[in-house]
Amino acid sequence: MLNEEIVIKTNKLTKTFGDFTAVNAISFEVKSGEIFGFLGANGAGKTTAMRILCGLLSPTSGEAMVAGYDVYKENELIKKHIGYMSQKFSLYENLTVRENIEFFGGIYGLSRKELKEKGNDLIGRLGMEKEANKLVGSLPLGWKQKISFSTAILHQPKIVFLDEPTGGVDPITRRQFWDMIYEATDAGITIFVTTHYMDEAEYCNRVSIMVDGSISALDTPHQLKEQFETDSMEGVFLKLARQAKRGE
Amino acid sequence: MKLFFSFIRKEFWHVLRDTRSLVILLGMPVMMMLLFGFALSNEVKNSNIGILDLSHDESTQLLTNRFDQSRYFSVTKNLTHESQIEEAFRKNELRMVVIFPPKFRESLLHTNQAQIRLVGDATDPNTSNIMINYASAILRDYQNEIFGEQKFPYQINVESSMLYNPKLSSSFNFVPGVMTLILMLLGAMMTSVSIVKEKEKGTMEILLVSPMRPLMVVITKAIPYLLLCFIDVLLILVLAYTVLDMPLRGNILLLLAESILFIFTTLSLGLLISNLVDKQQTAMFISLVGLMMPALIFSGFMFPLENMPLPMQIISNLIPTKWYYSIVSSIMVKGLGIKFIWKQTLILVAMTVFYLAVAMKKFKIRLE
Ligand SMILES: Nc1ncnc2c1ncn2[C@@H]1O[C@H](COP(=O)(O)OP(=O)(O)OP(=O)(O)O)[C@@H](O)[C@H]1O
Ligand SMILES: [Mg+2]
Repeated sequence: MLNEEIVIKTNKLTKTFGDFTAVNAISFEVKSGEIFGFLGANGAGKTTAMRILCGLLSPTSGEAMVAGYDVYKENELIKKHIGYMSQKFSLYENLTVRENIEFFGGIYGLSRKELKEKGNDLIGRLGMEKEANKLVGSLPLGWKQKISFSTAILHQPKIVFLDEPTGGVDPITRRQFWDMIYEATDAGITIFVTTHYMDEAEYCNRVSIMVDGSISALDTPHQLKEQFETDSMEGVFLKLARQAKRGE
Repeated sequence: MKLFFSFIRKEFWHVLRDTRSLVILLGMPVMMMLLFGFALSNEVKNSNIGILDLSHDESTQLLTNRFDQSRYFSVTKNLTHESQIEEAFRKNELRMVVIFPPKFRESLLHTNQAQIRLVGDATDPNTSNIMINYASAILRDYQNEIFGEQKFPYQINVESSMLYNPKLSSSFNFVPGVMTLILMLLGAMMTSVSIVKEKEKGTMEILLVSPMRPLMVVITKAIPYLLLCFIDVLLILVLAYTVLDMPLRGNILLLLAESILFIFTTLSLGLLISNLVDKQQTAMFISLVGLMMPALIFSGFMFPLENMPLPMQIISNLIPTKWYYSIVSSIMVKGLGIKFIWKQTLILVAMTVFYLAVAMKKFKIRLE
């Protein structure tokens, strides 16, 4: 599934807020079709970096290309080719499942017919036929997250950015969520995901670990474990996290 | 365009499924109409009055001075003909006119009877009513002086009338006020709260990360409220017409057009607020304290502006509601046309453009 096409490339990408450097000269590449884990403790700068890549924030310095477009000049073009699931839960609670799907699909320019088809298809795959016309606000968090993810990839973007998509969700639902992620990669979508769960890091093709705004390690989970002489990602993370100065 | 409608539909769903907004939207105008329906008493101080003296004798001279010296009135104009009254009211120069008939003193002394007519500007019937009462009191005092306390047959008959508003119902006065307040509340508060809510919930981020232009996002959020505000204008007019028997004097199309202009003003204020704050509560607080309070105090319908200290009167010119209130009451109660309100209209247009420009500038800064 992996090929060598590079869909995200950053070079010394930096973001400062006043005199605080939230993201400090990070450089990495993400290949097409990859599941790229973006790990880091609270406040490491993951969300900030992700928002830059999505065109929501402009960087202070450094370079970044997403889906072949420059984040400074072509952020409007980037937006057409990505999906984004923010750290905050972000569907309209006052709308039904179907209305949410149709609305968010609609803002990516899908036609009414496409929306109907894809909406039905999606509801079928999620097994939510009974809930399709219920307000999203009344559903459990895990379901909402699944709908959120599905709407984020409804328009078949090149890359989807997931900011802690499984935060606060039970292990079984998390497992199902990751099945959905694998399905998406089968459809050729590149995944850029942050998480706090170390078991999820194992599911990624490659993982970067951010400490205080910088990337301290970047490799496959297997290589990282060897490098840090431990048998779990948990161990890798703990060894790196010890260097962190930004407290919790 | 299709997208545009799906946005608007989404926004309507939000409003219609949220009982709180529905109550504000429909309950508020109805409640206010009924609430303010109870006459509000207004105080009167140094109101400008005119004298139409057709007699020019000792008594009328004396009475004119009495009026001028009273703390309620100041005589600012001497009229020569009855036809000037309406004009003076239209221009808001005078609030009341005292008419002395020819041979006032003569008839008072010889026939023991004299007529005086008081004509009030009924645009503001509460105030006019109070003014006529004060004026009658001054005339009674004078009568007692010349004839002593004795219950003599000598009498000054006071005949009062109102221009524009013969039925003297206080509802006529507060309807424009309710319209002003409702539009301010809905336009500014509901728009700003609904935008800030999207920021707070994180949905705004999803909208901004989509290919939709940020400007489009904001415009589509504002349009449903434009429609809803307009519906409320119609609702209030229908209530005024059916429940309160208020005749709609002016040109209804002009009134609606001016209302749309004012809705734009309030929407741009709402946009401005939404760009300044990040919490729904803050947006609500700013709308209530920063916009509603001044709207209540400075529009002139609860507290007559001419009773305010000069600095307050000057401040009132900066409050958009004052101008809209003046426009609506000119059209609805006085039946005036654009010729008499173009100045207020221009001021509102200028204010709207200013708010929009600032809001857009802030919006750009937010998105870097
Ligand atoms: N707009 C901003 N202005 C100032 N500081 C900010 C801003 N956004 C983020 N920060 C700061 O930058 C740092 C990194 O924040 P960020 O949200 O990127 O961390 P994170 O790795 O996503 O953390 P978490 O795991 O808690 O989501 C934090 O210390 C945060 O306070
Ligand atoms: Mg984060």
